[in-house]
Amino acid sequence: MDQQLLNAIFIGSIYALFAVGYTLVFGVLDILNLAHSAVFMLGAAVTYSLVMNHGQSFWVACILGIAVSGFMGLVIEHVCLRPLRRRQAPPIAALISTIGLALIIVAAIEQGQPGQFFAWLWVDGPNSVAFPSGTIPNPTWHVGDLTLEASKVAIIPISIVLMLVLGYGIRYTQVGRGLRAVAENPRAARLMGLDVDRMISLTLVISSALGGLAGILFGVALGDISPYIGRDNVEVRGLAVIVLGGMGSIPGAVVGGYLLGLIEVAALVTLGSNARGGVAFAALFLMLILRPQGLFGAQLRERI
Amino acid sequence: MDFFFQLFSDPVGFWNSHTLLIAQIGINGILATSMFVVLFSGQLSLAAPGFMAVGAYTSVLMGLYWHTPLAFGIAAGTVLAGVLGILVGLPVLRLRGVFLAIATIGFVEALRLGVILNLPITGEGLGLKNPSADPLGGINLILVSFVVVVFVAWRLSKGRLGHAWAAIRQDEIAALSQGIHVARYKMIAFVLSAVMAGFAGGLEAHLNFFVDPGDTQYGVTRAVQILTFAVLGGSGFVLGPVVGALFVTLLPWIFAAAGPYINIVSGAFLIAIIVFRPQGIVGRGGLAVIRPSWWPRARASAPSTG
Repeated sequence: MDQQLLNAIFIGSIYALFAVGYTLVFGVLDILNLAHSAVFMLGAAVTYSLVMNHGQSFWVACILGIAVSGFMGLVIEHVCLRPLRRRQAPPIAALISTIGLALIIVAAIEQGQPGQFFAWLWVDGPNSVAFPSGTIPNPTWHVGDLTLEASKVAIIPISIVLMLVLGYGIRYTQVGRGLRAVAENPRAARLMGLDVDRMISLTLVISSALGGLAGILFGVALGDISPYIGRDNVEVRGLAVIVLGGMGSIPGAVVGGYLLGLIEVAALVTLGSNARGGVAFAALFLMLILRPQGLFGAQLRERI
Repeated sequence: MDFFFQLFSDPVGFWNSHTLLIAQIGINGILATSMFVVLFSGQLSLAAPGFMAVGAYTSVLMGLYWHTPLAFGIAAGTVLAGVLGILVGLPVLRLRGVFLAIATIGFVEALRLGVILNLPITGEGLGLKNPSADPLGGINLILVSFVVVVFVAWRLSKGRLGHAWAAIRQDEIAALSQGIHVARYKMIAFVLSAVMAGFAGGLEAHLNFFVDPGDTQYGVTRAVQILTFAVLGGSGFVLGPVVGALFVTLLPWIFAAAGPYINIVSGAFLIAIIVFRPQGIVGRGGLAVIRPSWWPRARASAPSTG
């Protein structure tokens, strides 16, 4: 039982880290970035590929993986979002363009096979792979009847520190004030001399780097890296998390992530593995009906 | 390109060799129309795959256990989807925009992962065998229903109901102040869309000898695909989503030359279409071309006063 509780916290941290990026973009742009789960997968895939196929050390690969994810944030902004903003397209159009980009990223990894065009990026095609034991430092401790693996335990402080830094940055720094101003009212922010486009690029880079890091942690801790980990594990659950916590709220996404982890593990223990997904989505549905603003969201405003 | 060449050189052979594809286009057209109805009334609902699952499982199970005729099973599935539409719509329709979309995703996945994958009668994760399927025989029924559904949606969108929906889409509060019963008209759109989706699900279940409860069939992936039909085609006119459905369903054939890189090309194409035509393929206005800053601008016309 204690082990299950620990698992809930591990998986909850990953959900939280993933959802913080999701909710950051939603808070600033009012757009759901559906390419976020593809960036999550890309971070894990690039890191694995750098270690196993390009002979880099694990730490270098992690940093490069996060850098590539952050760069994908710029790509999302310049390819999918900025052209649509220029044309004052409805927000729903951005949904489709980010889906298109997600399709491209997943297909590129999927087609990475030896001898193929994308072999430099990934060589395992659609298969699920894991770091062989020994390639990454992973000391394991036994405390009582608990098994603590460093790869899993490390997730918790990493997530918490990052989320605290992000929360502090948004609340107290000049850049954070700029982001909040853009989120509140882009036009007024522009009139106050803020470079709105640059703020939005920055938002996407931070969001995607966090997403990529979440992917790396997921891939290392759960030993499951494939082109489909984003789609299968976090795409829709990320939505559930940001709804549970309140759309656009960073503390909400953190609490929502842990809450979803707990709900899922509780469902797993009491109802069996089949019910796990269903219970999570039933919770999402109920939350939206009973308290649409989520746990931490402000009262929904009527826009008149 | 052989594919399109055959369409013109040998239409009968084309029909015979691609009957299943044509049937799938018809069903996707009905689904796109179901999406159109909700989008036209300003609601971003992604609930269609849930109602499809209801229609599909009801019609197949009735055929399996009670040996009812096909039409009766599909009718029952459609009615049940409509009833479920009312039940889901009552709590959900208070939400707007992305919140409605996520709530309906919650409904779809809770239904699929929580109910369908756990009930013994639906075959759980293994799916359901459907020995009474008739992959080729249903094509006429599908095409006729497709035309009827599109026609009904077109008439409704042009009539009193359509004007009410358009008013709600443009400004809900203004519509309310004009005496439009917003909640009622939203509910009508939601239930109508549920009925269409349930009907399409029932039809689709009989194209295949196997009902597969996978994500691409009755899950979020399908919901997103149906949304893509509508947004890509343009949701301002009935024909928009239908054109979108036709286009998206044919993407693998259009880009057959890309071979294994088909998804990369399709994804790039999706982005290009939505960037250059944010209003959709069918819609007012021309291409929104990116103009470099040094390119001479067209002379500005008189400022609009509207």
